[in-house]
Amino acid sequence: MDRPNMDRIVVSDISKTFQLKPGQFVTVDGEATDRVTVLDGVDLSIRKGEFITLVGPSGSGKSVLLDIIGGLTQATGGNVQLDGRRITRPDPKTGYVFQQYALFPWRTALANIEYALEVRGVAKAERTATARHLLALFGLAGFEDRFPNQLSGGMQQRVAIARALASNPEVLLMDEPFAALDQQTRELLQGELLRIWGKINTTVIFVTHSIDEAIFLADRVVVMTARPGAVKEIIDIDLPRPRDGDIRASAEFNAYRARVWDVLRDEVNKAQKDWTLSPAFSH
Amino acid sequence: MAYLTEKFGSAGALHLFAGAGETVAVARVPAIKASAKNRSKKASHGTFLYGLPLLGLFFLLWEIAPQLGWLNRIFFPPLSEVLVAWWALLASGVLIEHIGISLQRAAIGFALGVVVAIPLGLLMGRYWLFEKVSDLLVQTLRNTSQFALLPVFILLLGIGEESKVAITFYSSVFFLLVNTISGVKSVDPLLIKAARSMGTSDFDLFRKVILPASIPSIVAGARLAVKSSLFAVIGAEMLAAKSGLGFLIQNSQLMMETADMYAGILTLTVIGLTVNYLLVWFKRWATAWKGQSETSLI
Ligand SMILES: Nc1ncnc2c1ncn2[C@@H]1O[C@H](COP(=O)(O)OP(=O)(O)OP(=O)(O)O)[C@@H](O)[C@H]1O
Ligand SMILES: [Mg+2]
Repeated sequence: MDRPNMDRIVVSDISKTFQLKPGQFVTVDGEATDRVTVLDGVDLSIRKGEFITLVGPSGSGKSVLLDIIGGLTQATGGNVQLDGRRITRPDPKTGYVFQQYALFPWRTALANIEYALEVRGVAKAERTATARHLLALFGLAGFEDRFPNQLSGGMQQRVAIARALASNPEVLLMDEPFAALDQQTRELLQGELLRIWGKINTTVIFVTHSIDEAIFLADRVVVMTARPGAVKEIIDIDLPRPRDGDIRASAEFNAYRARVWDVLRDEVNKAQKDWTLSPAFSH
Repeated sequence: MAYLTEKFGSAGALHLFAGAGETVAVARVPAIKASAKNRSKKASHGTFLYGLPLLGLFFLLWEIAPQLGWLNRIFFPPLSEVLVAWWALLASGVLIEHIGISLQRAAIGFALGVVVAIPLGLLMGRYWLFEKVSDLLVQTLRNTSQFALLPVFILLLGIGEESKVAITFYSSVFFLLVNTISGVKSVDPLLIKAARSMGTSDFDLFRKVILPASIPSIVAGARLAVKSSLFAVIGAEMLAAKSGLGFLIQNSQLMMETADMYAGILTLTVIGLTVNYLLVWFKRWATAWKGQSETSLI
């Protein structure tokens, strides 16, 4: 089998238990505890250049898993390998995009993108050129000097994606990046993302709550179980690329929709019974 | 009087400095904010005009009340006499010298405050152990009047410049420190996460994320600190100095040169207003990225 050579990211038996702060408790399965296991035995191999979407009920640990893959959080057990090397801290080859954009409000659009290169020690002239190029790629030429609060949500998220791409990442982690946007902007950005992904061949892990979005973007949809999170099922999406919006109306798309929802439904129901957990955290 | 001047000052600040602030804001922030700025400029212009008659009346009373014998001319010379005395002090260069000395003392103390408080505040705000250990000491010092400590400063540092700088430093450092800490603590954790995801080093995190994110809070603290060190230097000069505006005012009173005394007080007011306007302008400039029109002058 030549799989091992093809795999860019290998997640092996990842588990994560949070130890709450002294004095904090939650009720899990009827018992008060200060330890919460949010991930338990996550296994996942992701091929080079693959577009993976991750769906699962709220609280199933999708964001935590992304943080672990991004090297921002240490797993309690198991490990994640990127190109065969164990991840212990943020890797320069990985870009991260957040739902709330996370742009630096005191930096202009251009300077926000430059930041990613600045902390990597790229020379001024080169980083400005790269940042300009990326802004143009996202249709934001002319908005270089705008501060984030002078840009619409869609524009801000474009800048955030451009910033994550500035360092030429081989892996792009996206945590519900379009969830805060209106439907039209959302679909527009999905299309743009696919277009750019097609050019740069980055491996993408994209978390979403939208089944439509998950299917439209993905090579494979990974469905997570309710807490403690694990991979419940992986669904291959055999829709032709390049894809455009019309594909959503196709019979195949509908079949996938039913299929994903079928897998997800039980977990969402389970998660709802687990609601007592959530108020203890502010997230 | 203070109330009236303050009111006048507030309106005047917006009026006088809207122009400068706007140029900067527009240069850095195209199109979008221009209309809002124009509106606030117009509004403040109106407030300024509204405030003029009452202030004029106040100055008029100051002029005629002593002239008509309603007030004792010795204690309350008419405004015109004060202005003449003021001009004489100015022309002789005495006033400029006193102003220079006072401002220098305040500025050195404030600058030291910035140098000490910002790095310390960054650490205290970021590392809870740092704050836990030092918080009690900071609270204790902060709640001790700087004037009560003046004798201590004089004992330790002598009657010269050092004790004046010490008191202005002491008067400004805690405003800066407390606001830096609260600025650091309120940095959006998501921004830190984003920065870390891009491989930001600890040092860069302070320099490029935590510090700029805390700037609005630090600048607000700096405004209080500048005022506080200005007040402190005047107080200290009244109590123990041979130069400076505080000394001029105090000494003129002792010599019964009341016109000079009022000239000194007026000078202080003008300096206070000017510094306040400059700080408002600076705050606007430093936080232009927030894109909100700043109207509070307190
Ligand atoms: N630092 C933390 N300390 C304690 N518990 C945490 C911490 N971070 C996350 N959790 C908990 O871990 C669980 C999984 O969180 P996570 O944010 O990964 O869920 P998610 O699948 O991303 O949910 P959503 O779809 O709502 O974003 C939640 O119950 C959350 O409260
Ligand atoms: Mg999440």
